[in-house]
Amino acid sequence: MSMHQLAFLILGSAVLVSALLVVTVRNIVHAALSLVLCFAGVAGLYVLLQAEFLAVAQVLVYVGAITVLILFAVMLTREITGGQLPALTSQWKWGLAGAWVFLMLLLHVALRGPWMVNTQPPLDSTVTIGMALVQRYVLPFELASVVLLVALVGAVLVAKDERR
Amino acid sequence: METPLSWYLVLAAFLFCIGVYGVLSRRNAIAILMGIELMMNAVNLNLVAFARFVTPTVLTGQVFAIFVMMIAAAEAAVGLALVLAIYRNVRHIQVEDIHLLKS
Repeated sequence: MSMHQLAFLILGSAVLVSALLVVTVRNIVHAALSLVLCFAGVAGLYVLLQAEFLAVAQVLVYVGAITVLILFAVMLTREITGGQLPALTSQWKWGLAGAWVFLMLLLHVALRGPWMVNTQPPLDSTVTIGMALVQRYVLPFELASVVLLVALVGAVLVAKDERR
Repeated sequence: METPLSWYLVLAAFLFCIGVYGVLSRRNAIAILMGIELMMNAVNLNLVAFARFVTPTVLTGQVFAIFVMMIAAAEAAVGLALVLAIYRNVRHIQVEDIHLLKS
């Protein structure tokens, strides 16, 4: 087993364990902190996949912005421990069964192979993504900025207290 | 030696299904949003793995992953704003007990 595979196994198990903690722990703040670990592990996997730009974007967007947003929402709703209520809904067994069936389906497709693996050396990801975003994908790129603007204005409007 | 593509696909499949389980079984609306973020991360991992192994000369998957990240950011902002609006009206965010339209 090479160092690359060892790094994959360590990062992958960290991602899976922290993801399991996110969906099982009762305290919602602990779930959010496990989510940080999970996002950081995925960023490490991006580095292993030689996608350095995406790894940095993952740290900035997910670890930085989205987690802070979630923690603020937790604070503003004061649902830190969930009181005496159980953490899971009454139909959690059906949820587990559905997720299990879907997992079997995904594993069947993923392991069926063979994938058309191309062994050419990969390009410099930052340069390639930058060129793609201003050439071939310039229209979706601009549209995404409009989507972000509309979503954030809408979020402010929805979250605003009308009584004031 | 490189890590084979199928390892990444299996890891992403497990991550996605953990997210599905979280969405289907958690009571807290914020925890459901966390499950959605887990699923989006699994999809991004798949896109980047395919970009690395199948099309390493164009990297289309990484561009798609950036768009998924943008949509995830917008989704988190709107979703958490909705959670705050619900909390202001019913003083809790336990999804089993939110049935304002049902009565």
